Amino acid sequence: MVVDLTHYLVVSAIVFTLGVAGIILNRKNIIIILMSVELILLAVNINLVAFSASLGDLTGQVFALFILTVAAAEAAIGLAILVTYFRNRGTIAVEDINSLKG
Amino acid sequence: MSFSTALAHHFLPETILALGVLALILIGAWRGTRAFGLVNELAAGLLGLAILALFFGQTSEASLFEGAFVDDAFARFVKVLTLVGSLVTILMSRDYLQRAKLGNFEFPVLVVLSTIGMLLLVSADNLIALYLGIELMSLALYVVAAFDRDDARASEAGLKYFVLGALSSGMLLYGASLLYGFSGTISFDGIAKAITGAPPLGVIFGLVFVLAGLAFKMSAAPFHMWTPDVYEGAPTPVTAFFASAPKMAAVAITARIVFTAFPGIVGQWQQIVIFLAIASMLLGSFAAIGQTSIKRLMAYSSIGHMGFALVGLAAGNEAGVRGVAIYLAIYLVMTLGAFAAILQMRVEGRPVEKISDLSGLSRNNGTAAFFLAMLMFSLAGVPPLAGFFAKYYVLLAAVDAGLYPLAIVGVLASAISAFYYLRVVKVIYFDEPAPAFDHSPLSLRAVLAVSTLFVLGFWVYPAPVVEAATAAAKSLF
Repeated sequence: MVVDLTHYLVVSAIVFTLGVAGIILNRKNIIIILMSVELILLAVNINLVAFSASLGDLTGQVFALFILTVAAAEAAIGLAILVTYFRNRGTIAVEDINSLKG
Repeated sequence: MSFSTALAHHFLPETILALGVLALILIGAWRGTRAFGLVNELAAGLLGLAILALFFGQTSEASLFEGAFVDDAFARFVKVLTLVGSLVTILMSRDYLQRAKLGNFEFPVLVVLSTIGMLLLVSADNLIALYLGIELMSLALYVVAAFDRDDARASEAGLKYFVLGALSSGMLLYGASLLYGFSGTISFDGIAKAITGAPPLGVIFGLVFVLAGLAFKMSAAPFHMWTPDVYEGAPTPVTAFFASAPKMAAVAITARIVFTAFPGIVGQWQQIVIFLAIASMLLGSFAAIGQTSIKRLMAYSSIGHMGFALVGLAAGNEAGVRGVAIYLAIYLVMTLGAFAAILQMRVEGRPVEKISDLSGLSRNNGTAAFFLAMLMFSLAGVPPLAGFFAKYYVLLAAVDAGLYPLAIVGVLASAISAFYYLRVVKVIYFDEPAPAFDHSPLSLRAVLAVSTLFVLGFWVYPAPVVEAATAAAKSLF
């Protein structure tokens, strides 16, 4: 079997969908949301690298490197905010994040 | 023109802010906890310097960094608005933060960093620059949302903003990767050249994902769900910042991307923008009716106003973009003025934020009551105040483009939203007096007075704003 561009795109679409579903369906834990965000970004990277290889153009891989870097910064900030939230509330369960509504 | 002169002429505001913010961090680290006042003033000075650089700088168009950065009249117009939003936020925040024991030098530093992101975003001319601009803006915004780290509500606001913001960045990126794959290039011009005739399905998907990601950033319905919670939970100066500067950048980059990357498929994106506009205007009108917190009210108000700005975008022509630019300028002034009034709501040293706390303001402080009432009339779009002209220009563009249903929904939404703005005026003038507010600092009174004067006097001499907006719109086509 030849693995062509379509296969990569399908894998990437599945991973992306899993990531979005993980954010929307998850009711338990915010750490899982952070992991789902990473899944989304990695799906994008698969897409970019696959397109880059198939187009014979390096820009996509450069873009993927930028995304990796920013994703690291984003995860650091997300965890920092999570820590302050945990200090104030003593829980990181998604269903307890409800003090603001109206 | 050599690279360094191009840099000096077209990249000056960003250079000033980027170098300046490094100095601010050093000063902060050196002076420690005493640094807040000094860093705050220096940050305001930097932003003012950047505005001057834009006013007295080049008027030509240029593309820098291998087509990643474009400097044109549209970018300069929105950059001035963004910088004014950040500058006024810095000026208004000092007293509030010091009283709330939040006087840390990181706040002005983060605001300036986020502003650099917005400037880069407004000038972005390819997908990588778009992504990096958005992230530089958002990462700093996540932190300022949770800046009151001992307050459960502020950290909850920061957490919500972070999760939804990260999701929206992911969607934007997925769209960007599809656009890259199906057009073979990341530059907006290149994408426009690659899409000829009927666009492939991948491009349509990419367009939808990118617009969804941008709609999150400008809080257009149905991607608005973070807005009321974050506005309510974050410290009030942060809310004022969120309601002003980032919206300018998000609307501007949306306009740039649809007009420079997708001019060939107007019909495709026009449907999406019309849907976003109608949903935002209706949600902004109906959901705000039952609110008791003035900050939540302003959140729904900002959602509705973004809907109106998108009406101009939906028109899909130069008059529409001119309407958007004028709308952004007037919305910025009205919002900053309204938040200057909200920041004055302080009883016996403690901030209050219920609409009912405003009752009797007309008897306790007649001037502030008059100013706030005028801003509310303007937000509702009552002629001859500035808010009326903002709506007039976007609705006119929509009617000229033949989008009658959209214009009718806009007028109806404006009428419905007048109900809750006028309710605030009624509370100020006719309800039983609540305890009087404390004497407020000069900066807040000045911002309130200046913005009200702008709103009142706009119809007398609208030419500077309208002419600048016309030139801005022209440069995008």
